Amino acid sequence: MGALVQYIQSYLSSDLTPGAAGNWFWATVYVLLVFVGLSVAVICMNWLERKILAHMQVRLGPMRVGPHGLLQPIADALKLLLKEDIIPAEADKIVFWVAPFIVVLAAFTVFVVVPFGPTHAITDMNIGILFMLGVSSLSVLGIVTAGWASNSHYPLIGALRSSAQMVSYEVAMGLAVVSVILMTSLNAEGTGTLSMIGIVRAQQAQGMWFIFKFFPLGLIAFAIFAVAMVAETNRAPFDLPEAESELTAGFHTEYSGFRWSLFFLAEYSAMIAVSSIAVTLWLGGWLRPFPNLLSGATWDLVFSLFPGLAFLFLAGMCFFNVARMPKHPLFKIQTIGLAGFGVVLGLIGVILFVPLVRDRVGDIFWFSAKVAAFMYLYIWYRGTFPRYRFDQLMKVGWKVLLPTGFAVLILTAATAFFEPSVEQWLRHIL
Amino acid sequence: MTPVATPFFFYLLAATMIIGGILVITRKNAVHSAMALITTLLAQAGLYLMLYAPFVAGVQIILYAGGIMVLFLFVIMLINIERTMKERQFNKQWLVGIAAATALGGLFITVYTKGKSLFPAGGASYPEEQNTQAVAGLLFDRHTGMYMFPFEIASLLLLVAIIGAVVMAKKRI
Amino acid sequence: MLHISTLHYLVLGAALFLLGVIGVLTRRNVIIVLMSIELILNAVNLNLVAFSRMWGGLHGQVFAIFVITDAAAEAAVGLGILIAFFRNKETVNVDEVNLLKW
Repeated sequence: MGALVQYIQSYLSSDLTPGAAGNWFWATVYVLLVFVGLSVAVICMNWLERKILAHMQVRLGPMRVGPHGLLQPIADALKLLLKEDIIPAEADKIVFWVAPFIVVLAAFTVFVVVPFGPTHAITDMNIGILFMLGVSSLSVLGIVTAGWASNSHYPLIGALRSSAQMVSYEVAMGLAVVSVILMTSLNAEGTGTLSMIGIVRAQQAQGMWFIFKFFPLGLIAFAIFAVAMVAETNRAPFDLPEAESELTAGFHTEYSGFRWSLFFLAEYSAMIAVSSIAVTLWLGGWLRPFPNLLSGATWDLVFSLFPGLAFLFLAGMCFFNVARMPKHPLFKIQTIGLAGFGVVLGLIGVILFVPLVRDRVGDIFWFSAKVAAFMYLYIWYRGTFPRYRFDQLMKVGWKVLLPTGFAVLILTAATAFFEPSVEQWLRHIL
Repeated sequence: MTPVATPFFFYLLAATMIIGGILVITRKNAVHSAMALITTLLAQAGLYLMLYAPFVAGVQIILYAGGIMVLFLFVIMLINIERTMKERQFNKQWLVGIAAATALGGLFITVYTKGKSLFPAGGASYPEEQNTQAVAGLLFDRHTGMYMFPFEIASLLLLVAIIGAVVMAKKRI
Repeated sequence: MLHISTLHYLVLGAALFLLGVIGVLTRRNVIIVLMSIELILNAVNLNLVAFSRMWGGLHGQVFAIFVITDAAAEAAVGLGILIAFFRNKETVNVDEVNLLKW
């Protein structure tokens, strides 16, 4: 028993991820934390999407189920779990059953290498970004088999369109990623790195987020990736394969109840995964804004107060809405519920002010805040842009993003090659 | 990088691969065979990770499981005929084939039982942290790299394969 | 049995190779024959990477990467030929590829 406690504690003093330290206990703990965190994030995304889309369309969204619809995702989840499980006749039962699991597997396994902090990743593989791109491309298999196994026209066409779209935009994503990997090689050894934690450390060492590096090359690469990642996850405006007016929900038409919720879970997890890639590669991962411009102990203190302030702001919004609730006896339970939720958020905010917690949580908070900004962008795109027609979609993928990706890659390579010598020359003449 | 529970994972992945391989060659439905092959390929990627070859594992997942198998699935869906599943699945020369395979199996067993002492227990290996950099050094480095020419030939081969596949599958040339 | 040595990987590679050979020689469906060829190539790759670990150099891994690239090219061309053949004869049966038979 003492040896077990020793094993558990020996990791806490080391400066490595659980995978690098070979510590299976903490690796399992991290895996469970990521799993729970992802599920909570998907539930929040469901509620946020419906409310934000509604407010963009000048309506209110779900208001009935809990205070301001806060319990709506739970009601949705219950409904999906209790629905009848229909399998089409003549459908291939084994493949029909396996297809959602492939998509969920691909969407969840990606999170093994996502770095929430310098040691807060499940493991830090040497091929981190390659692993993420490869495993997220496995979801194409799940979609194709789902469309095939449904034994019906609409899912098959939807699946073929969806997989063609995903495969096309993966190429553009890969090119944008490679130009960032080139930027990581501007260090003393002259070698770049594919590991996710290494990429953020390179941004820390070079003192600049890669989105601003070699302006405007980093920005264009980021734009290519931002467009390609929306197309990769089949979200608006690239969501023709699952558009209801064209294809009656595409490849997951014949899936009902729990199986559909698996596709839904996988879609939102994939969104969070590609957003994490974008945040890690271009936006500095877990680094706080302005580490060099606003450096020093006081600025560190100010920025470390942000997590607590964020939760206190949310708690303040809850209490503001409690004050705005109608003073009708039927709304009493909702008012009490919202006030309780506000108290919980406020307590979390106060806990995050404690210095012991403050130092540890900063990295995770900044990473999550940046990913949350991307999630908001996703919802914003859905509420704003009309849908691309399929041939327009493929044209954008192959004729616009791919040449631009090549140009950015070649220019980044040339700049990275000549930059040290140009810098030396400039320093010599100035 | 301290390995944990190596025998357990090796036997698990090896069993997955063998069962996947048996399913590939015995299923009537080509889609089932393809899914079994995907399982085998992913288990192989796991074995590559155990052999301290993470870059080959990443390439295996991206190219084999994520590229070649998607190609296979598309072609299976394009040319799937229902009656192929209801007919006999072994061809006319299956007896000779099984005999040849048995001979090959006997050869393998002889080689590996007689030569068991030739293979040392574990090996020296490069650390996992610098694997991609070391592979890139072998491929691209100006002084120590020796695989630049095969690399360029491989890209030419891929170009030829793309042109060949397009020409083969076109309806009208 | 407990300590995993190179021999374990070689025996596994040999078993996969055998399964692939059985698939190539006995199946009627051309697609499954092609998939068995992929099994054979994977078995060879496993041997290469196992030996690369045994000797400590990375040449085996580089060779394995080239084999994977080769397999991709060969799968693409093979499936293209298969589609062309299917368009002519409407079958994927290996026994019926007999146009040159006298």
